[in-house]
Amino acid sequence: MPPLLEVRDLKTHFFTEDGVSRAVDGVSFQVGPGETLGIVGESGCGKSVTALSVLRLLPDRIGRTVGGSVSFDGIDLLKLSEAEMRDIRGNRIAMIFQEPMTSLNPVLTVGHQIAEALRVHKGMSREKARARARHMLEVVRIPDAQSRIDDYPHQFSGGMRQRVMIAMALTCSPKLLIADEPTTALDVTIQAQVLKLIFELKEKTGAAVILITHDLGVVAETCQRVVVMYAGRKVEEASVLELFDRPAHPYTRGLMASVARGRAGARAKRLQEIPGLVPSLTEPITGCAFAPRCNHAFDRCRRERPNLQVVDRGEEGAHLAACFIASELVSS
Amino acid sequence: MKAQGTIAGDGREALAGRFALEVEGLKKYFPVRRGLFKRKRAEIRAVDGVSFTIQGGETLCLVGESGSGKSTVGRLVLRLIEPTAGSVRLDGRDITRLGREEMRPWRKRMQIVFQDPYASLNPRMTAGRIVAEPLENFPDRSRSSDMKRVTQLFERVGLRADTLNKYPFEFSGGQRQRLGLARALALNPSLIVADEPVSALDVSVQAQVLNLMMDLQEDLKLAYLFISHDLGVVGHIGHRVAVMYLGRIVETAGKEELFARPLHPYTRALLAAAPIPNPRAKKERLVLEGDMPSPIAPPSGCHFHTRCPFAFKRCWTEEPVLRNAGAGHQFACHLDP
Repeated sequence: MPPLLEVRDLKTHFFTEDGVSRAVDGVSFQVGPGETLGIVGESGCGKSVTALSVLRLLPDRIGRTVGGSVSFDGIDLLKLSEAEMRDIRGNRIAMIFQEPMTSLNPVLTVGHQIAEALRVHKGMSREKARARARHMLEVVRIPDAQSRIDDYPHQFSGGMRQRVMIAMALTCSPKLLIADEPTTALDVTIQAQVLKLIFELKEKTGAAVILITHDLGVVAETCQRVVVMYAGRKVEEASVLELFDRPAHPYTRGLMASVARGRAGARAKRLQEIPGLVPSLTEPITGCAFAPRCNHAFDRCRRERPNLQVVDRGEEGAHLAACFIASELVSS
Repeated sequence: MKAQGTIAGDGREALAGRFALEVEGLKKYFPVRRGLFKRKRAEIRAVDGVSFTIQGGETLCLVGESGSGKSTVGRLVLRLIEPTAGSVRLDGRDITRLGREEMRPWRKRMQIVFQDPYASLNPRMTAGRIVAEPLENFPDRSRSSDMKRVTQLFERVGLRADTLNKYPFEFSGGQRQRLGLARALALNPSLIVADEPVSALDVSVQAQVLNLMMDLQEDLKLAYLFISHDLGVVGHIGHRVAVMYLGRIVETAGKEELFARPLHPYTRALLAAAPIPNPRAKKERLVLEGDMPSPIAPPSGCHFHTRCPFAFKRCWTEEPVLRNAGAGHQFACHLDP
């Protein structure tokens, strides 16, 4: 089956006063129809910029995609006109953002905002769009949807706003849903509610999902395949079981070891920390971007950029890692 | 008075002369004023009868979601805000009603580390000045020199001495949190209230800061009141845990005990809700419906009954009090374990 989305060698750069920042520096991945792909990494690794580049949501004067291709359902999104792109956004590809309060319009009722997408993309009449908006609010389990459809975003709690965002994103039945840290701003019990909802609806509609998160727990529970990013590059990709069973890149391994798992008896041990800091993206990186923080690094790592190599040809897609000693690390 | 007795440690006896913080029946009601004459229309019961103790070298974690009142407890302990009722005792001395001047020596003994390392450091002061400020506020002749002490502190929290003259914006999030710790340590406190100290940090940096806090505790016998919503972090750093819901402690126990044998339905839901970084883990879980109710009009009886899957008639009318389940484990639920 051809992939639904294929991103190849995507490069998005920011042009700042301090120079060019290579926020996304040659990233490739695919998402199959109905698949859930996780993109994991810490602040500044380029995971959100990757998503924004796919949807072409970065304003030109700040950041530009300077290379690569994004093919969705056979169409190269980077070559579309702005009008054609608008036809795709919110319709065939939808996005959920981290902070629902800043991504909902505070002066329009939620019903209006959900109906807007339907009127624009599906040409529905006012009445039909409103009926469908109400239905969507019921689908995301907003109690008393009938009257709450005329409420404004500020009248909802954080968890409810995120439900409204989900209703809005799914109203046109997109084939791909990009969720950028959809539960990070929420309390854990609300996070559990919202994640459950997203994946129940995904099952129902058959949409593919790209879930962008820093939380390995969320990834483990929801994704089929995972891309790990570091300093604008993909450093590892594998099926979720393979990644957690046999992490190959030292960064992924460090990330997993540094999560405070906090179960009985854990306190005796110190957490494994990754020393140092994420490199500045405005300075050119020679060699492996992770080398300065890696306790396996040797001379070659500082000279030469490691390409992605196949660690394992798994049944659920290849396990790739950008590390010279990935195969040794996996078998150790 | 309600039967919310002081929570005993899990076998830790109070040693004579050792630091102890005892909090009893602490309440904070914030008035809600509206209208032309700012008349009091209602009150927010942010903290509604909380009791606990912490000893030197011990970490008590206060866990709860937004609006549970955990940060307010931290502020009350430090007397950054005044309690509506209840007492805070340091080494047996009630500091709740001390005047400004009387309070000063006690302030040295309690310090705070905030969540947001970007907002809690003055952007116009150099790192060195930030850490020296508490020393200037409490001059002490027996101290050889402030500068020497500042350099020591920088070293202690793992900051290079050549960063003394840098400004906060030049530091990363993790380094800023180290700076916050250095400032908190300047006056040799006995207690540090850490309010979500690692929530704003990336996991790899969280680990650095948590390790540092644990090292400092061991060396300096610090007591921590560690406020957090993250059970993973709590399970790592805590000795004892108190779970808060709408201004009340609903369960408290030693950490191992709490994680192994949670008795309150809310604690169970909280533990179950935290995603586990293991794709092979069992994913059946109790997902709570609805949001936390408003603390302005908290539900009658057990505050949790609106979201509790086990609630029955008695929960609607009668507030459950904390009761013992052995081994320093207390929980507030009408259901028997």
